[in-house]
Amino acid sequence: MQINGTVLFVNAAAAAGLIISLYKNRKKTGKALQIALKGTLKMTPALIMLLILIGLLMGFFKPEVISKLLGNQSGFIGIALASVAGAILMIPSLIAFPLTASLVHSGASIAVAAAFITTLTMIGFVTLTVEIKALGKRLTFLRNGISFIIALAIALLMGILL
Amino acid sequence: MKKDKNPLKSFLFTALAAAAAVVLLILFPDNRTPALNASWSFFIELVEILPGVMILMGLFTVWVKNETVIKYLGHSSGIRGIVLAFFLGMIPTGPLYVAFPMAASLLQKGARVANIIIFLSAWACIKIPQELVEMRFLGVRFMALRLSFTIIMVLAMGLFIEKAGGYRKTKKEPNRGV
Repeated sequence: MQINGTVLFVNAAAAAGLIISLYKNRKKTGKALQIALKGTLKMTPALIMLLILIGLLMGFFKPEVISKLLGNQSGFIGIALASVAGAILMIPSLIAFPLTASLVHSGASIAVAAAFITTLTMIGFVTLTVEIKALGKRLTFLRNGISFIIALAIALLMGILL
Repeated sequence: MKKDKNPLKSFLFTALAAAAAVVLLILFPDNRTPALNASWSFFIELVEILPGVMILMGLFTVWVKNETVIKYLGHSSGIRGIVLAFFLGMIPTGPLYVAFPMAASLLQKGARVANIIIFLSAWACIKIPQELVEMRFLGVRFMALRLSFTIIMVLAMGLFIEKAGGYRKTKKEPNRGV
């Protein structure tokens, strides 16, 4: 539901922008489309890679498997495990939150849950290739590396406070 | 941006991954359906959203002046730039991978690195619909606490990466004349 709204919004904005742009300046619009096409082509191999990786991850690490793996984990090892799992996996947030809730119910600590959710949303192991293509290696590794540390910090803080 | 030194190489990697995937799925037939389903639904999402995003990016590159981006998100934009970066990232506009080309084009036009990191991180993990789902499943306290920590940490990370990565002094020269 959330995705459909987004799709509608993005495409409507693109269509409106395109029409206005065409009306204002044909040549510039052509250039814009050229940039769009070039950008898409540049990203294509990375996107295909993403497609494959997501299929494999979802095929081999089903929610039940993750649940079992992280179920009654706590302590630092649990947090570390959850962070790594969250960084590697890519789960839509609508599934991720109920999954995390079920982790907590089956005995995982709050810190583990927080670590999992935070790395899950912030770090994209499978999207690394796409990110490198767009932003370069240095920025990508800095962002993902530090995000990982941040996730650990948030998890520990929440474990202490909640 | 990054020049592709060897486009063949990335295609080769992709082909290797595809081959590995095929072998794995033949060896483990049980995992075939969920894997293919996941790839397929991701593919649909991609087809639905990517063309629109790329067109918006193209239009943005052509129409928005570098000076505008520098003024609102550049080095002298200060706190207003930071708030704007958070806000831009929070608008619900799809998965993280569509944010990368947008971030790249903002960077090219002279936005400061700290703001780009904030924009990407906010995009990744501070979304209003997402917070609502989190609240429903994990409670208000969990959500509010995690959200506040995330905002603080993301801000710190942005400034830190900019400084430690040595992006502060690099003069941004626009790569594309408009």
